[in-house]
Amino acid sequence: MSGFPILATRGLVKRFGGVAAVDGVDLVVDAGEIRCLIGPNGAGKSTLFKCLTHQHQPTSGHVLFEGRDLQGLPTHLIARRGIAIKNQIPSIYANLDVRENIRLATLRRKLTKRELDRAVDLVLAEIGFDNLLAERPAATLSHAHRQWCELGMLLASDPRLALLDEPTAGMTREEMLRTVDIIKRLNATATVIVVEHDLEFIARLAQKVTVLHRGKVLVEDSMERIEANETVRDIYLGRKKDAAYAEG
Amino acid sequence: MLRHIKNALFPFALVLAAFTGPFVLEPFDLVNLSAFSAMAIAALGLAFVWGTLGILNLGHSVFFGVGAYAYAITVSTFGDSTLAVLIGTMLPIVFSLVLGSCLFFSRLGDVYLGVITLCVTLIFYSFMTSTADPWFHIGPVPLGGFNGITAIPSLNVPGDPQAFLSTEATFSICLLALAGAYILLSLVRSSDAGRIMTAIRENELRSELLGYDIRFYKLLGFALSAAIAGFGGTLYTAVMGFVSPNVFDLPQASQFVLWVIAGGLGTFVGPVVASFAFQLLSCQLGANQVFNTELIFGATIVLFVLLAPQGLQPMIVRMANLKLTYRSGIFRRKEKPA
Repeated sequence: MSGFPILATRGLVKRFGGVAAVDGVDLVVDAGEIRCLIGPNGAGKSTLFKCLTHQHQPTSGHVLFEGRDLQGLPTHLIARRGIAIKNQIPSIYANLDVRENIRLATLRRKLTKRELDRAVDLVLAEIGFDNLLAERPAATLSHAHRQWCELGMLLASDPRLALLDEPTAGMTREEMLRTVDIIKRLNATATVIVVEHDLEFIARLAQKVTVLHRGKVLVEDSMERIEANETVRDIYLGRKKDAAYAEG
Repeated sequence: MLRHIKNALFPFALVLAAFTGPFVLEPFDLVNLSAFSAMAIAALGLAFVWGTLGILNLGHSVFFGVGAYAYAITVSTFGDSTLAVLIGTMLPIVFSLVLGSCLFFSRLGDVYLGVITLCVTLIFYSFMTSTADPWFHIGPVPLGGFNGITAIPSLNVPGDPQAFLSTEATFSICLLALAGAYILLSLVRSSDAGRIMTAIRENELRSELLGYDIRFYKLLGFALSAAIAGFGGTLYTAVMGFVSPNVFDLPQASQFVLWVIAGGLGTFVGPVVASFAFQLLSCQLGANQVFNTELIFGATIVLFVLLAPQGLQPMIVRMANLKLTYRSGIFRRKEKPA
């Protein structure tokens, strides 16, 4: 297993009709990293995530997870290999209580009944839910708590690679900070790739940042260097004619 | 503990009825109630697959009918009802696995699934009504077209085809079978597999992303519901002594749906109670011939969807809870400390 990066994509392309949302992405992520993926709207971040988990079938190219090609695997088998994902749109079991949500995520881990209960309690503690909150149907939670519930489900499934698509969207600063802690906990056992726009969040987490633009990797560097990068500024502000075209 | 007692209450009542019924009821009522129980068993199958797994199977009656016909043909050929009940339960499983594979592996949406299953049962209806020619026969048994198969032997003591069970014994068996189906489905629902099925109903994408093979679980639940429906079909045929293509027709298909809606989607006690109530009503209406039964049922289903969309059981539970809360006032039990 070692020797391989945990995730490597080779010339990954996803076309929707004539539009290439992901247009030849070569991304290499090493085990243990927290990688941030940024880029303006329409850069192909979410589509890339969906291609990695085969929620979309890539048009061409390869995804190598721990050195093994994922081609042809259905979504649930990719999940069993150890890739967990939080899509941009929150996806939880709204009518089930939080504990059941977490339990369903833990269930696949073939634990004994006692270990299972303990693992669920541990995750609930890690995402900061007390018993009262844990008994509530997930639908009655606040927006931030729902995000944490979903992050808890990812934690509970004990993945090797966690893909997080905008985990702090719509959160207050305090809530964002708590999310940072949860993601750090997730990173203790898993490699994390996270799509975000919040600069403070990125600065607190990422060692390395990858900028996507028009379906391609534009640049890959540390956050300070990215912030100083003229091209990145241009595409975010839409300064060049070419960049403005891409936004439309 | 309290919850276990509460859950055991309903099957316990059924068992009690199974043993006391023969002493207090007339044979005519016993036969009717036996048939109602058989129907209720089939309704439980739909309550499970729709309520727990979220599969709207509008053609649930096809499994009921396949079970009914399988019983009729087997028992008329071989004489032993035990084998016939077994085959009448197994055949719908096989059929549901074939049908389910087509439906779930093509990832059809809810509505299409409902339409296709309904069409399947209507195709069976159409086919069975056109089998009047003696050429259509299985073994020595002619399918009989619109008239169906008649003079079907009832249940017998296992292994002894000549020893038919009395009306009373058949009644007890039907009610015990209903209690058994209820217990089985309740256990499945609260098992890990059942909770995963509930999860799939709640959110397919999330379940898939957690690593669950949703097609496998859907197929499993579908087959279980088919087995229960087929089993109900065998008992129904054994009690009535005849089977006709009407087991596949639209009124039959819609009745199962009506009972589940009226009883409460996602519950088991509700659909059973509703199925008894509506069959009783149907008997009364049929006896005095004043109203069109289907018209009444149609109106009822509309009323339920408008006034009590969650069905009887959830409504009653909610009202009971309100009353309890009101009565106990400040003495209400405090939440357990965290």
